[in-house]
Amino acid sequence: MIHANAPTHSRIVSVGGYQPSRVVPNSEIVDRIDSTDEWIQQRTGIESRRFAAKDEGVIDMAQAACEQALSRANLTIADIDTVIVATITYPFQAPSAATALTARLGNPKAAAFDINAACAGFCYGVGMASDFVKSGTSKKVLVVGVEKLTDFTDPDDRATAFIFADGAGAVIIGASETPQIGPTVWGSDADSREAIVMEPSWNEFRNDAQGIKWPNIAQQGQAVFRWAVYSVSKAAIRALEAAGVKPEQLDAFIPHQANSRIIETMAKEIGLPEKVIIAQDIRTSGNTSAASVPLAMAALLETHPELHGGLALLIGYGAGLVYAGQVVQLPPVASKS
Amino acid sequence: MALTQEAVLAGIKEIVEEVAGIPAASIEMNKNFTNDLDVDSLSMVEVVVAAEERFGVKIPDDQVSELATVGDAVNFIVKASA
Repeated sequence: MIHANAPTHSRIVSVGGYQPSRVVPNSEIVDRIDSTDEWIQQRTGIESRRFAAKDEGVIDMAQAACEQALSRANLTIADIDTVIVATITYPFQAPSAATALTARLGNPKAAAFDINAACAGFCYGVGMASDFVKSGTSKKVLVVGVEKLTDFTDPDDRATAFIFADGAGAVIIGASETPQIGPTVWGSDADSREAIVMEPSWNEFRNDAQGIKWPNIAQQGQAVFRWAVYSVSKAAIRALEAAGVKPEQLDAFIPHQANSRIIETMAKEIGLPEKVIIAQDIRTSGNTSAASVPLAMAALLETHPELHGGLALLIGYGAGLVYAGQVVQLPPVASKS
Repeated sequence: MALTQEAVLAGIKEIVEEVAGIPAASIEMNKNFTNDLDVDSLSMVEVVVAAEERFGVKIPDDQVSELATVGDAVNFIVKASA
């Protein structure tokens, strides 16, 4: 007989976010792609986004988000035993961003690994962290979504140049006396892998660096829109059902910030009543892939402090195609140290 | 049984009015979705999904960009329902 001695429940203890200081309005993007501010806002809702400085990397941004989350939880990195980083833009295949991050934060002994689930990566991480805590494998987990998408976006690509941006968001997940993170509903539509890609491969780039462009993200906008609105919304409904929460019991909806039109149509498909506050961080942050859900969560709690402790539906979806969602109780107001 | 062109056009008019707020009276076979009716690429996806449900046909992603005019969409749906 194995003795697990594990807590029964998990919760989000705190959230932290970091955005680079440089604000990039649409006017700075449009000339290279022959577009207009109005066109971009109408299609995506994006008014401005943040671009990291040249010497500001994934680990720098992740560190800032984690330090804010730790400080808000009145914890130090020594209290963390597991670090999960969701990213697709860390420029080293090995060792992982998570090991670089935990070393930088000052705990080079924590379990550490990266997740490649693109824009769904943070919600994949929350699901795993919650289960690690509930099984007794981990006590306190840092889950970080971080991207420097500007390193992998073609500024001349009319389909993507105005969408992607940089940033980091982090949560700490720990044990709880009450259930505060619902079951994760996740999956993939792996036959649609070509809908969002980063290409060419490193091998193609290496073998013909003269004629082949640096790997950049490309996506089929209409196919992604259809999948997100009409398939991922069903997964979001299943996440609500799995948690035993009705749409009208929600306080907030925090989906991946891909496009405000997707967010609005998704909310309609899920059947969210008007009182549910919908994160629209996309407007001033752009699409930051794995960082978008925790960044939107942090921003929402700043503008709506009454949401601390409220119920939120999270849903991430992206390249793969992959998706993951869960209902969570938003963290309490930061404790005073 | 194949749907008639008239029936599909009437349905498309209702859908486009509902999705994009374009008065049904201004929607005709020769109208271009983007240039004449101001239905952008994302609204077009909503129109396509609504049409799939209404007429019981499948309009694959790679076909959507081929449907430039209302007539293109109507004819595709009529053919797909045959």
